[in-house]
Amino acid sequence: MNSFFSQEVPLVFYLLLSAVLFALGILGFLIKRNLITVFMSIELMLNAVNLSFVAFAHEWHQVRGQIFVFFVMMVAAAEAAVGLAIIIAVFRARATLAVDRIDLMKL
Amino acid sequence: MSGYLHLWLIPLLPLAGFLINGLLGRRLPKALVTTVALLAPLAAFGVVVTACLSLNPLVPPACVSIPCGPPGWVYNSLPHVQTLGTWINVGTLRIDFSFVLDQLSLVMLLVITGVGFLIHIYSVGYMAHDEGYARYFSYLNLFLFFMTTLVLAGNALVMFVGWEGVGLASYLLIGFWFNKTSAAEAGKKAFIVNRIGDVGFLIGMFLLLANFGTLTFSEIATKLDANPAWMGGVLTATALCLLLGATGKSAQLPLYIWLPDAMEGPTPVSALIHAATMVTAGVYMIARTHVLFDHSPFALGTVAVIGAATALFAATIGLVQNDIKRVLAYSTISQLGYMFLGCGVAAYSAAIFHLMTHAFFKALLFLAAGSVIHGLGGEQDLRKMGGLRKKLPVTFATMTMGVIAIAGIPPFAGFFSKDAILFAAFTHGTLGKALWFVGLVTAALTAFYMFRLWYLTFMGESRNPDAHPHESPWSMLAPLVILAVLSLCGGWVAQGGRIYAFLAPATGAHPEAASGDRLEGILSILAVAVAALGWYIARMFYKEKTERPAQLAAAMPASYKLLANKYYVDEFYGATVVKPLMVTSTYFLGWVVDKAILGGAAWLLGGIATFCGALLARWQSGNIRSYAAWLAAGAAVLLLFIVVPWASVLATLGIHLNMAGR
Repeated sequence: MNSFFSQEVPLVFYLLLSAVLFALGILGFLIKRNLITVFMSIELMLNAVNLSFVAFAHEWHQVRGQIFVFFVMMVAAAEAAVGLAIIIAVFRARATLAVDRIDLMKL
Repeated sequence: MSGYLHLWLIPLLPLAGFLINGLLGRRLPKALVTTVALLAPLAAFGVVVTACLSLNPLVPPACVSIPCGPPGWVYNSLPHVQTLGTWINVGTLRIDFSFVLDQLSLVMLLVITGVGFLIHIYSVGYMAHDEGYARYFSYLNLFLFFMTTLVLAGNALVMFVGWEGVGLASYLLIGFWFNKTSAAEAGKKAFIVNRIGDVGFLIGMFLLLANFGTLTFSEIATKLDANPAWMGGVLTATALCLLLGATGKSAQLPLYIWLPDAMEGPTPVSALIHAATMVTAGVYMIARTHVLFDHSPFALGTVAVIGAATALFAATIGLVQNDIKRVLAYSTISQLGYMFLGCGVAAYSAAIFHLMTHAFFKALLFLAAGSVIHGLGGEQDLRKMGGLRKKLPVTFATMTMGVIAIAGIPPFAGFFSKDAILFAAFTHGTLGKALWFVGLVTAALTAFYMFRLWYLTFMGESRNPDAHPHESPWSMLAPLVILAVLSLCGGWVAQGGRIYAFLAPATGAHPEAASGDRLEGILSILAVAVAALGWYIARMFYKEKTERPAQLAAAMPASYKLLANKYYVDEFYGATVVKPLMVTSTYFLGWVVDKAILGGAAWLLGGIATFCGALLARWQSGNIRSYAAWLAAGAAVLLLFIVVPWASVLATLGIHLNMAGR
């Protein structure tokens, strides 16, 4: 038991988890139609990156990675605030959240 | 030494007048504009007169030894060269901004600034009520700047600057009333026709550079003197090219067509630019480069033939014109032909002398005609004048003197100069006899059409009952009186051949009366006789039997129509030169070259860009998820590049990249 719990999780597992989460985020971003789901997928990608940052920081006993995670979280919070506001505005204007129908950037 | 002679002041003063009136004239009070405009030529004239007084050959020899100025005073001698700076200095080629004052340019300067000043005074009265008052005087001063530059130039390039500049001033002044379509068109015509001549001048300069390596007149003369046998075709070609330039500026055949139309400008402009000074620039240029013509008998003969032909040609047209200014314009062309004839028989000093007297009496005639037009409120048609003798007494008296002077009746100025040219022609070989005869016929025609103009304007009864003529103000009459005196006395300088002796160092000696005074006397009497004949016929036609001209025109309808339509030369040029050019420009250059080739190429390039843009625009779908997909795909490709060790992968496949050291 001791040997099982005292053993640390190897770095590669963290990284695999991070990669899987990131790929899920990309997938969700690409295939989901609901704007809120797309938004959540972005958050998922950010947190996948955060996970790898923390894992590396722990592995190499360096604090930089963890500091970086704070920054990313902060940006993510700001992004969430702005993004949700935009989503609400879009919904009010168009009464839909389907990404395909929000194509104002088209020429 | 020559510190008392500031040649650069002569062009610079009118330039200052131009700048002041041109830039600030609108805001300045009218009196100040007038002051500036009059001071500029007056000061330039003053400088020229001062220069005269400081010259050695002009003061009696006894006075030369007397120091009559500040300490160190030395009389200047001619030619006086003043180099202001270097313009071009490339390899062996060196062209300076140089001014030369010699006998030739001195006479020209006196005429230009003197007559120019008088015409400035006249303009004050003539243009008094014009809106463009300041603009008018700034152009006039600009003209004087360029004209004095032209005359003072020590080399052909500086002369060309003045040459082009007077063309510009002429263009601006012909089109002075640019709201009038005909005036604007006439300005363009003058400018374009002059360009044709300028091509000749330019090619002539290139030939001079190629063969002499210099454009300085004195150096060319020196080189030719050192090699007197030099009579090659190159010299003839150069001289003929320069002659083409001269025919353009001096309105000779075949480029005379712009001058009659130039009468659209204000009358004082016609007097100053298109009679007294600018149009004589061609004569001046030939006299200035006379060494070239002296070495090329063919070119010299061409000058003489062109001059004689133009004199006769223009005089015949002048016989039937009904516009008072057009008669004078054709008369100017004809008199310029006389000057060319003088140059062509190598009597350059006689040509310059005629240039001077012509400047006096033709400026007088134009200004008097302007006074008549002014007094009649803008009427220029001879048929609507008549009986003005009593209404415009001063104009009548002065114009009469001008008419007598141009007709060549002694002791007025025109007699002496015309006589000198005719005599020089007569003594100039066998061709000269024919030229002399043409000149003599022209003299008769000149007397006829001038007296015709005089009778129609002043004699008889008024043919326009609505006219209320009034005499012009004194600012206009004073120049008339001065010019009338000059038209009377201007020829007396030829007494004893003084003017020829004076000009000889610059223009070569005047052919002396080698065959005795009797021949000259006979020729003079003949010339006066034909002039009197011309006057007699005019008197018969327009005073005694006024129905005669109409009968004559009816009797010879073809000849009359030919003359009245000016030999259809404008129509001929229109059909042979203008029309083909227009057609070529419109269809070939306009449609084929511009629209098809250039436009097509531009269209093709634009089309390619648009096509590629349209392709790329599809990428820009506006769909966020497609962007994200491309982003992800791009990231994946980059990842593939970075992660996969391509070099070793390829190496295992047997492909070796060309790496350094392997």
